[in-house]
Amino acid sequence: MRYEVANTVEEAVAILGQAESGLYPLAGGTDLLAQIRSGRVAPDGVVDLKRIPELREIVADDAGYRIGAAVSGAELGEHHDLVADWPGVVEAAELIGSTQIQGRASMGGNLCNASPAADSVPALIAAGALCSIVGPGGRREVAVEDVVTGPGKTCLAPGEIVAHFSLSRPQPRSGDAYLRLIPRSEMDIAVVGVGVGLTLDADGVCIACRVALGAVAPTPLVVPDAAATLVGRSVSGAALDDLATAASAAAQPIDDMRGTREYRVHVTGVLARRAAMIAAERAGS
Amino acid sequence: MKRHVSAIIDDEPLEFLCDDGQTLLDVLRDVLHKTGTKEGCGTGDCGACSVQLNGRLVCACLVLAAEAEGARVDTVEGIAAEGELHPLQRRFLEQAALQCGVCTPGFLVAAKALLERNNDPSEEEVRYWLAGNLCRCTGYDKIVRSVLDAAADLRGETA
Amino acid sequence: MSEEKKFRWVGTRPIRPDGIDKVTGRANYGADFALPGMLWGKVLRSPHAHARIVSIDTEKARTLEGVRAVITAQDLPDLFSEKARAQGGHHDMNDLAQNVMARGRVLYHGHALAAVAAVSSEIADRALGLIEVEYEPLPHVLDIEAATAEGGPLIHEDRVTQGVEASGPSNIAKRVEMGHGDTEEGFAEADIVIEREFTTSPVHQGYIEPHACLAQSASDGRTTLWCSSQGHFAMRDYTARLLGMDLSLLQVIPAEIGGGFGGKTTIYLEPLAVLLSRKAGRPVKMVMSREEVFRASGPVLGTRIKLKLGVRSDGVFTAGEATLHYEGGAFGGSSVMAGCMTVFAPYAFPHVRSIGYDVMVNKPKGAAYRAPGAPMAAFALETVVDEVAARLEVDPVDLRLRNAVKEGTLASFGPRYKRIGCVETLEALRDHPHYSAPLAANQGRGVALGFWFNAGLQSSAGVNLNPDGTVTVLSGNPDIGGSRASLAMMAAEEFGIHYDRVEVVVADTHSIGYTDVTGGSRVTFATGMAVIDAAAEVMRQLRERAAAVWEVDAEKVLWVDGEARLEGDDEREPLSLEKLARDAGRTGGPISGRAALTARGVGMGFGAHICDVEVDKETGRVEVVRYTAVQDAGRAIHPSYVEGQMQGGAVQGIGWALNEEYVFDADGKLENPGFLDYRIPVASDVPMIDTVIVEVPNPNHPYGVRGVGEVPIVPPIPAVVNAVHAATGVRYRDLPLSPPRVLKGMATPDAA
Repeated sequence: MRYEVANTVEEAVAILGQAESGLYPLAGGTDLLAQIRSGRVAPDGVVDLKRIPELREIVADDAGYRIGAAVSGAELGEHHDLVADWPGVVEAAELIGSTQIQGRASMGGNLCNASPAADSVPALIAAGALCSIVGPGGRREVAVEDVVTGPGKTCLAPGEIVAHFSLSRPQPRSGDAYLRLIPRSEMDIAVVGVGVGLTLDADGVCIACRVALGAVAPTPLVVPDAAATLVGRSVSGAALDDLATAASAAAQPIDDMRGTREYRVHVTGVLARRAAMIAAERAGS
Repeated sequence: MKRHVSAIIDDEPLEFLCDDGQTLLDVLRDVLHKTGTKEGCGTGDCGACSVQLNGRLVCACLVLAAEAEGARVDTVEGIAAEGELHPLQRRFLEQAALQCGVCTPGFLVAAKALLERNNDPSEEEVRYWLAGNLCRCTGYDKIVRSVLDAAADLRGETA
Repeated sequence: MSEEKKFRWVGTRPIRPDGIDKVTGRANYGADFALPGMLWGKVLRSPHAHARIVSIDTEKARTLEGVRAVITAQDLPDLFSEKARAQGGHHDMNDLAQNVMARGRVLYHGHALAAVAAVSSEIADRALGLIEVEYEPLPHVLDIEAATAEGGPLIHEDRVTQGVEASGPSNIAKRVEMGHGDTEEGFAEADIVIEREFTTSPVHQGYIEPHACLAQSASDGRTTLWCSSQGHFAMRDYTARLLGMDLSLLQVIPAEIGGGFGGKTTIYLEPLAVLLSRKAGRPVKMVMSREEVFRASGPVLGTRIKLKLGVRSDGVFTAGEATLHYEGGAFGGSSVMAGCMTVFAPYAFPHVRSIGYDVMVNKPKGAAYRAPGAPMAAFALETVVDEVAARLEVDPVDLRLRNAVKEGTLASFGPRYKRIGCVETLEALRDHPHYSAPLAANQGRGVALGFWFNAGLQSSAGVNLNPDGTVTVLSGNPDIGGSRASLAMMAAEEFGIHYDRVEVVVADTHSIGYTDVTGGSRVTFATGMAVIDAAAEVMRQLRERAAAVWEVDAEKVLWVDGEARLEGDDEREPLSLEKLARDAGRTGGPISGRAALTARGVGMGFGAHICDVEVDKETGRVEVVRYTAVQDAGRAIHPSYVEGQMQGGAVQGIGWALNEEYVFDADGKLENPGFLDYRIPVASDVPMIDTVIVEVPNPNHPYGVRGVGEVPIVPPIPAVVNAVHAATGVRYRDLPLSPPRVLKGMATPDAA
């Protein structure tokens, strides 16, 4: 297996874009190297993207944040402004694996690994994040919810990589949250994950909401029907019941060793309610 | 063809040859014979191979050796500077925080990384920080107590 | 104890002799050895749960550049003799031979069928891919239901059920039955009779160090094997017998062992490494991957237990009856016998009976796991006892105390109990502040009692007095949890010298007498006795030397506090150990002692645990929020390591109760062969584990020691399950209590 280093986005695209290169992009490597080890994938080589500045930086300006796709979870957690503005996104990224995994794992890798259970993806979707994709055909901006097309599959063309994520500055009285259910307290893959981002008006009425689900469908789901249950209402009582019902209704999970279909449907509603309450509390404070 | 890599490992400038596909763990153990760093799973799930890479706690089994070019790698073998035990090592011994001891190097490296960032962690912070380090012998009790006591040592609150 | 002896070392907490090596990375475990010219060995494993091996073609692998040897079962000697059946100790050597390398058929997913040695592990991996195997898949049986169904597939067509007269071919390897009295009469005397059925899932010991070894075989057959195990003599004996070698030609050098819990008492890689080394003429190292450990080492498999308890309205147990089915894997050999023996052990029963079935299934050959067979049995009994307490509206500890076994009670497994601490343990639990502490909302408290026999077995020890007065102790037991410290402490206590003056060496098979495995909670007890005997021999020689110096009768010389004193003579300057050691060359030569014994008078052990859980009633997640373990240790030589056993066992049991299980798909393939989805507890899953050491000394040990390693895994499952009942009102009878199962139970309490 070959190891190549790209120092710029252009270099990365050039190496990866060679027809039938058989090379995989390497960010944190916490999924890829484990998959190579277990024999699930056998690339001819990897292209290390961690020396590309754009992929390694968090840039904050008035418009918002540009988060390099290879920034590690630990680095996200150390960015105080980002944590203050998008706590749900950061907490989701920080739930990926152990402290050791946090030292390496990135949101770009989490997205492109395209697991239905990726923790950071529902949170990014709920936050309305975009990602900047660069490839042989140039650069394009895609909503995060449009990237994953199936288990292990993305909309990325050969040679394309995710360079960075964009998050706007949150609207006043906004909050986001991500919750997942795992059997242990750490180190597990989400059985269900729910991200909620919402904005309140001065009276505490929800005026905008996004809800995204993980591990309950072949891809992370964005669920407008669930979000709509909160809009125009205060985030409590019957509105939360309706949210839970709508979130559960949107879930289309399978039975597997991590949880039954029935269980996942139920827990989707429970977590949607709890995540919305946390997001609302954050929005109100 | 082998790749040539230079790195600072446990404060020593070292050079080694490796295959591109070899992990940092393989090189530490099989090429450099630094077998203090253990392999428990090879998939980043047990923490036995914990090292610090440029000051960041990682699993050496999930790092390619080639990625270590120019990097600083700190393993369990560098913790006792010039033979003097680190407070963590001393506390682990005093508290009987190891039974079989195979997870101990990983715990020490991970706990040291914690205390370098936060020398006054709560029990809960210690437990979550160390959640990626599996121990099957101790039930974690004496490990967590040792880390808390070593933190107090580092704060100068104990003799 | 009435005559409380004063100890200088016993009961203190010194630093273990091997401590520094283990906190600095210097200690060498199984995979840490390397030799010049070393090859890497790897194993090809079955992708089928059950299949006939039509053909194996190793030609392409053999000719791959860098490959030095390829072996299959054809390279192993044939056994299949009555002698082979008999000489295996706990194992049938034929089964063991077939388990390390499949012959004719593969019997579980992961079953070894070929191995290669190559100059690098990458080339070895590639070579495995070049071995061409043609399989004819056969129908498989994966659980007790399927294995015992009429007319179902047979795993071994020639096997009949041991313990049953005129049995036809069967997947039941063995039937056992034991008890006393007449249970029918006992149930007739009862006011309450409760009968329940329980199941447990396969679990793994989960030691962090994968199996590993390094073999070097010379052309004359002399072989050295470095390996990590719970007993290098067992590794030697199994490996040599399987390969038809003289035991004297195989030197096994013990590595430090990274956890075993019973799972490293048998061989997997060792004979393959020796064979590959013999064939290649080079040293061969083999290390299992974590996936191989889960698939192909020895877990403890699933069980089904039906248990019936009869109780009078005053709380006295009148009868107990249990039928236990334990899966033993592809060759049988489950711990069902121990399950039958322990299931009713903590209580006095006038009438009691247990029937056990050892069931073969297409899963890996089961191995021992800490108090083998007992935790599942305790799960059944102790949750029914909890149900009885609730029915009678009595305190569950009082109910247990009412029926607890004591000295003289006829044990359900046959003998009368000698001095035991069952009652004292329960009383200490009842009096612990945890037992009466308030609980918060959604929390519940459970208690449970557990029993384990503990083992004696064979041990050897050597004690060498060095010329500077320091003492070297040789033991034949790998140190898994601090036994070097306990042996050194006992030696220091005997000699009356400082602990730091004693060094303990785990000696290889050429350097110390035969010693049984580090298992059965036996090392501090049994090998401790051997060390004490060997030290006594050294002290006898020391007294003789002193007597010679003083020109008196040796009987007149006492050994007190590290020196020889002349009885009734306060004038004469005592002779110190240092002086006698220094002068030994002039007074008769080197001084050393040996002892070899089969340890008798084992002290049986009891433990009782309190567990508080909090249940998230919307998701079914259970969190253990407080835990206390109480146990009779007889005498705690090094209390920290006794506590460590209690804490570690408790957390293993918590994992077994809540989240650990092997998940097989319909084809018999293990779906979760890794630490990600085989969920052992992590640090943030558990609270501190409070401990209370009760000391009811074992009268048959010089210091009163009882084994402590295994008891702690017996009570946790029922303690957790009873606590979950207290929090939810639901009686769960199937493990593990994973969130989906707990939630489902709350939705349909009767179905749980």
